[in-house]
Amino acid sequence: MTKLNPRIPEGPLAEKWTNYKATQKLVNPANKRKLDIIVVGTGLAGASAAASLGELGFNVKAFCYQDSPRRAHSIAAQGGINAAKNYPNDGDSVYRLYYDTIKGGDYRAREANVYRLAEVSGNIIDQCVAQGVPFAREYGGLLENRSFGGAQVSRTFYARGQTGQQLLLGAYSALMRQVDAGTVKLFPRNEMLDVVLIDGKARGIITRNLVNGKIERHFGHAVVIATGGYGRAFFLSTNAMGSNGSAVWQVYKKGAYFANPAFVQIHPTCIPVHGSYQSKLTLMSESLRNDGRIWVPKKKEDAEALRAGTKKPKDIAEDDRDYYLERRYPAFGNLVPRDVASRAAKERCDAGFGVGSGLAVYLDFNESIKRLGKHVIEERYGNLFQMYEKIVDDNPYETPMMIYPAIHYCMGGIWVDYELMTSIPGLFSIGECNFSDHGANRLGASALMQGLADGYFILPYTIQNYLAAEILTPRMPVTNPAFEEAEYNIQERLNKLMQIKGTQSVDHIHRKFGLRLWDLVGMSRTKEGLTEAVKEFALLRQEFWNDARITGDQNELNQELEKASRVADFIEIGELMARDALQREESCGGHFREEYQTPEGEASRNDENFMFVGAWEYKGTGNEPVLHKEPLVYENIKVQTRNYKI
Amino acid sequence: MDFTLKIWRQENSTAKGRFETYKVAEISPDCSFLEMLDILNQDLINKIEKPVCFDHDCREGICGACGLYINGRPHGPDSAVTTCQLHMRKFKDKDTIVIEPWRAKPFPIIKDLIVDRSALDKIIQAGGYISVNTGGVPDANTIPVPRQNYETAMDAASCIACGACVAACKNASAMLFVAAKVSQFAVLPQGQVEAKERAIRMVAKMDELGFGNCTNTGSCEAECPKSISLSHIARLNREYLHAKLT
Ligand SMILES: Cc1cc2nc3c(=O)[nH]c(=O)nc-3n(C[C@H](O)[C@H](O)[C@H](O)COP(=O)(O)OP(=O)(O)OC[C@H]3O[C@@H](n4cnc5c(N)ncnc54)[C@H](O)[C@@H]3O)c2cc1C
Ligand code: SF4
Ligand code: FES
Repeated sequence: MTKLNPRIPEGPLAEKWTNYKATQKLVNPANKRKLDIIVVGTGLAGASAAASLGELGFNVKAFCYQDSPRRAHSIAAQGGINAAKNYPNDGDSVYRLYYDTIKGGDYRAREANVYRLAEVSGNIIDQCVAQGVPFAREYGGLLENRSFGGAQVSRTFYARGQTGQQLLLGAYSALMRQVDAGTVKLFPRNEMLDVVLIDGKARGIITRNLVNGKIERHFGHAVVIATGGYGRAFFLSTNAMGSNGSAVWQVYKKGAYFANPAFVQIHPTCIPVHGSYQSKLTLMSESLRNDGRIWVPKKKEDAEALRAGTKKPKDIAEDDRDYYLERRYPAFGNLVPRDVASRAAKERCDAGFGVGSGLAVYLDFNESIKRLGKHVIEERYGNLFQMYEKIVDDNPYETPMMIYPAIHYCMGGIWVDYELMTSIPGLFSIGECNFSDHGANRLGASALMQGLADGYFILPYTIQNYLAAEILTPRMPVTNPAFEEAEYNIQERLNKLMQIKGTQSVDHIHRKFGLRLWDLVGMSRTKEGLTEAVKEFALLRQEFWNDARITGDQNELNQELEKASRVADFIEIGELMARDALQREESCGGHFREEYQTPEGEASRNDENFMFVGAWEYKGTGNEPVLHKEPLVYENIKVQTRNYKI
Repeated sequence: MDFTLKIWRQENSTAKGRFETYKVAEISPDCSFLEMLDILNQDLINKIEKPVCFDHDCREGICGACGLYINGRPHGPDSAVTTCQLHMRKFKDKDTIVIEPWRAKPFPIIKDLIVDRSALDKIIQAGGYISVNTGGVPDANTIPVPRQNYETAMDAASCIACGACVAACKNASAMLFVAAKVSQFAVLPQGQVEAKERAIRMVAKMDELGFGNCTNTGSCEAECPKSISLSHIARLNREYLHAKLT
């Protein structure tokens, strides 16, 4: 169990990070040059980390599967990024941001990490502004804020509906500057396929060059995984097409623990599914809930007429509309956290009040357009409205948008300690692919914050505490047997994939698996369903390895092979997600077990038995993994039942 | 809807390319262009043939990865959208659609419809940033930015580096792309210190990488999915001249 030591520094919560920084070990400038750091992934977390480490003088190698770091999935984030700056003078503070984040995560996150996140949040905004990130401005030239789901203060900074894009471009440009300076070497169109351990420490990675299929070996004194979330396991999700869980899964198989895999977030405001050919779901920023009101008809016959197209939304009288979030949660109304909003939408649709295909609710701007004028709405959300119109072919200024929940974010991921180090020495994990800061539920605008906090302000310090002891370790040749063996295994795996020559396309299997994952391990879960899922996914794994069809060649650009490898991993991740959900006999945040709910249908936690991080240890494919528990202790906060009604 | 597709196929950067003709049937008008290609690819896989390779990732019009030359236009017939946001309802039933990769010397073909756009990263490496290290920066609100400048910076910053401007330009100029970045920083106080060097270095890099000159034809603006305005090119020219003269 010693491997699961969270290594939280001593002392009062508010002083832990300051004390840590004052006493951690540093690497002197002359020695930094001698140390190589591999960063896998160049989204917000990876790019900001690689740039910052390069600035410090380390030798950095940065990898991503896209042709450019600027295309990482982070680019798609729309709504905004939180920071406890209290610029609007509405009473925000580090403590309040920490409090909201812990509560929003249903008391399943590690207190010390979350406090630190809140603490550095302000620096992120300073950093990004200095880089030229065009955050929205007031007429006086100062920064503008808005509020976001789950918060009663306006602490969200944004750049039109393109916040993720602008933040990523900021981190990307810092990275490009380091590439120009020669401290960072960039490896785009390269996918990491395995991590290499020597004497129990992470010492490098094996990659596949996606252009020519070449397998390559790379040494590093430390390896940082920043590869994002595994939500695309569900096939339909808001994640980019190439998003994957492969790097996370490979390091899990090498001994890193995988924490809280069952905690995935469902986002309430996505464009609903409209056809069987569909490849992904498009998110509509949650900021829309600031000015849009969510409703379905009160009467079933109206819902039926709307579905049949014999009535239009404007034909439903005000009195016949059920603004169910405002009705059920008067204090937060349309701004309740995502899990609450998502389940409420599902509940209404399951009860027969859904519109569109039946799996949709309205998000209506009529009233705010009347109150504020069309131009204000246009200024705030113009590009989102345009995007909606392009996809759905309907004008949201005139008819309400239709939305439905979709898989969006993974709170679970690689287990890390306070230093963001995994249970493998020298292997670090940052951003969405680690488990650390969001508990069972992620509040809006907090993932961007975490990615950049990890990359700019936390990892560059904490990794030095590890590397200080490595300055005498010379660079190792990649002819080391550990590299040879890892490469051999990867070659074997790719050969095996190419030789299946089955009958079903990879997408076909993925779609089938994703649907089952959504049904059994999606918005609500039951013991029966999860037990079934564990069995079914094991069979699907075999089906995949017996019957997948991958065309083309191994030694060329082969997108089917890339997909196949990812889908093989997704199926195994799905199995672990189901196991984890089965084990957690309570409802919390994004994890809803139907057996554990209050009479009003709200999630019902079991703090006595489940106030822990569930970290899984791999024991071989097909064998039961072992669950380790990291108890969560809240010294500074009274654990309460989440309540968004009052 | 049914379509006949004429698609550029090319095994790798050195192989000779050719057009192949394919048919797709019963495509929903709500299908995106890339989903239509997915359907074609599933057919090809069923026939144990190699699917058509194309770049894409977000499928939300923001990552800039997708880019196809469709019936002679970058990103196809709709205005102000990327290929992933183009829908089949913009075509007529039974249309023949010609699909090619971006064609420009600085964008060599990698395979089928995929080209190498790393030249755009190299241009950014030549100064498309503000030189600040992590930490030690002033509080964000000590750098006020007039609202109008923020709007202009944001307009310019929306460029997704798709390369459609290059593909659309008869000279394969990357001027709109470069102008967008230079312009973003030119109107912000943070960008002033390095303004001259930035303009000179980025333009020099663009020339060095084989992009052509801008002759103010304007096809870049017309085909840009993010409606980046030519006025940024005017600003770049001013910045560049100013930098050269002072
Ligand atoms: C549509 C959408 C909207 C969102 N809006 C918001 C918002 O408004 N506010 C907010 O806070 N959060 C938002 N999020 C969440 C947030 O964007 C993500 O959680 C965050 O950007 C993840 O950043 P990351 O750096 O951890 O990973 P990513 O940005 O996903 O980057 C992953 C990187 O890893 C690389 N990679 C992956 N696998 C491999 C491999 N095997 N080998 C090599 N490289 C690999 C990729 O190439 C990429 O560079 C949104 C998410 C989505 C999908
Ligand atoms: S200026 Fe427009 S067309 Fe050119 S790269 Fe940027 S977004 Fe694409
Ligand atoms: S796939 Fe990202 S812009 Fe089209």
